[in-house]
Amino acid sequence: MSKASQLLIAGFGGQGVQFCGKFLAMVGLNEGREVSYLSSYGPEVRGGTSNCSVIISDEAVGSPIVTDPEILVALNLPSLDKFEMRAVPGAMIFVDSSLIDRKVERGDTENFYLPATQMASDNGLTGFANMIMLGYLVRKSEVVAYDEVLRTVEKMVAGKKPGLLEKNLKALDLGYNYEN
Amino acid sequence: MADKVLMKGNEALAEAAILAGCRHYFGYPITPQTEVAEYMAKKMPKIGGVFLQAESEIAAINMVIGAAAAGKRVMTSSSSPGVALKSEGLSYLAGCDLPALIVNVQRGGPGLGGIQPGQADYFHATRGAGHGDFHMIVTAPATVQEMIDLVGKSFDLADKYRMPAMLLADGTIGQMMEPVTLTENTSAPIEKPWAVTGYDGSRPRNVVNSLFIQPEDLENLVMERYARYAKIEAEEQMAEEYMTEDADIILVAYGVAARVCRNAIKAAREKGLKVGLIRPITLWPFPKKVMSAAAEKAKAFISVELSMGQMIEDIELAIRCRRPVLLCNRTGGMIPTPAEVLAKIDEAAKIGG
Amino acid sequence: MAECIDELGIQSKTIGIASVGCSVFSYNYFNCDMVQAAHGRAPAVATGVKRADPSKIVFTYQGDGDLAAIGTAETVHSAARGENITVIFVNNAIYGMTGGQMAPTTLPGQVTQTSPYGRDVQTVGYPVKVCEMLSQVDGAAYLERVAVNNVKNLMAAKKAIKKAFQNQIDGKGFSLVEVLSACPTYWSMTPEKALERVASEMIPYYPLGVYKDKYAEEGTK
Repeated sequence: MSKASQLLIAGFGGQGVQFCGKFLAMVGLNEGREVSYLSSYGPEVRGGTSNCSVIISDEAVGSPIVTDPEILVALNLPSLDKFEMRAVPGAMIFVDSSLIDRKVERGDTENFYLPATQMASDNGLTGFANMIMLGYLVRKSEVVAYDEVLRTVEKMVAGKKPGLLEKNLKALDLGYNYEN
Repeated sequence: MADKVLMKGNEALAEAAILAGCRHYFGYPITPQTEVAEYMAKKMPKIGGVFLQAESEIAAINMVIGAAAAGKRVMTSSSSPGVALKSEGLSYLAGCDLPALIVNVQRGGPGLGGIQPGQADYFHATRGAGHGDFHMIVTAPATVQEMIDLVGKSFDLADKYRMPAMLLADGTIGQMMEPVTLTENTSAPIEKPWAVTGYDGSRPRNVVNSLFIQPEDLENLVMERYARYAKIEAEEQMAEEYMTEDADIILVAYGVAARVCRNAIKAAREKGLKVGLIRPITLWPFPKKVMSAAAEKAKAFISVELSMGQMIEDIELAIRCRRPVLLCNRTGGMIPTPAEVLAKIDEAAKIGG
Repeated sequence: MAECIDELGIQSKTIGIASVGCSVFSYNYFNCDMVQAAHGRAPAVATGVKRADPSKIVFTYQGDGDLAAIGTAETVHSAARGENITVIFVNNAIYGMTGGQMAPTTLPGQVTQTSPYGRDVQTVGYPVKVCEMLSQVDGAAYLERVAVNNVKNLMAAKKAIKKAFQNQIDGKGFSLVEVLSACPTYWSMTPEKALERVASEMIPYYPLGVYKDKYAEEGTK
């Protein structure tokens, strides 16, 4: 597990980018680590691009703004175009390959492709592509423990709509166990 | 000890105000602090408090004046252009010796400016919040937890010194989420015998007023107020020092800029540069003592701010220009990156070291 | 006004909001707790005081420049909210405090320091008729215009003011009494002439009467 993880999650409004970021921060908090979450805000959040900075660290968080991500999640093409070059050398880049038809161009990063949106619609999980991606991200990066992810999702969904927990768990599981 | 919860800065400050006993909020929506009003709109009716969305920023601050005059813990919040509109009321609060909390979650300016974070209201907050001779207590949070802690502290100081207190935050701290612990404010309430609660003959008639036609009377009152300000300057300065013991170069920054500095200091130390940070928590009174003491040993200072060199003037005054003070800044909603701060540290190392 | 407060027995719980203008020294004349508000802001300050303790009786005492020019927004919106306060609006068609300048209620053709050739409606527009304007605001409960130019009108004025306070005691909401009054000093007239002018010029332009009485209307339904 890395000392500090600087994550940038980006996509378009409605893909659950902000939820994904906030959720990861909560998992980090439940693990007893230092965390911060900062969303892009303002008119751009409505409809346009949406991104958020998440930091999970073993020491006090300095700047909450992730300018050079160690982990980049790109859920649409404009996000990959905008942030690919900002990732640090050796960064992990996660791409929703059902929405982005190009590969990561630079050669000094570890790249992961997952057709999250396609998998969601194939499995009756429309709207849960973000959680599929999150399961995959946790498996590959170990940025937080998967056990804690499952505990956190149970806590968050408790008392809400029936079936919501099952869908979340199924989505996480699909991503976590994805092999390409 | 309560459990840690993940909270957004703006919501945390609203909850902190409620925990500090504030039951009256008057405001007007403006990005990036609208969550404060939204939070209050949800919470206040459930706890017997008052949330009122005013027709204007000016009306909101005047409603604050009314509730403060009636002796209540009261607050308003806004962002830069909205706070400028409140200037009239800020001066009246000071002129009437009324305690209240005003939150400014700053964005870029001037004019409508932008909606991204800024710190360009430093002068407005510390120098010229309105017409006339007066000050407000101004504090600047750098974490969501501190947002909470300073809300309670500001209410207490405002009551203690009978004056307005401003929480000067920025869009980043307002919008970000961090784990926080919420605790009840346990400070004993301060008596307000001057409040307008109805005159029944059992005490002198209370008049909350800032008008004095005799200049001698007004001068005396302003002098009395400035004696109070002198006491505050002597007793209430707050700052955090980070790695300053051996520092050749001292960064000075508040709010989000201070957080960026921490990253830059880490990187600079890895390069063998002795760099530290003084983070003012009170902007007025400015933490002159710690600044002046640091100037004994440090070779150079850098003011890191989201404005065109505003706080730098207070640093130069505090250290009586004994050391060079460089400026590392962005403005208009931009935030300096750790790399930009590091580059300025390298520059300071050349002239200072 | 002071008589009304006495007669209603509410002095010990009454809080007055003084405004800026001729009424600025009113905090010296009323024998109750007072707050001095900024120019035009009295209804907002009154809102703050009233919301802080709804059991108190809160009134504002405002002139025409204060209420109908710089404080128009505060006036209209406190009425729209149905704020349970009493507003006493003294309309003398001139800015007295600053020495006789044109007010929003200065009559067409009237000479003041800033309309030395008479108010020219082609360039500076028309007077604001406050009661008429506020009668369109749903939140307002009671609006009446009175004058204090003779004994009969004075008695009617007192009755209206008392009702405006009684409404607040009964929780009926926003009540405003517009009082047409003379300003002999800045009208450059003897007091007698000034009172004559109220009758001959002001009342024809600003007709007296009840402009709105929400609860009376409901009562007749």
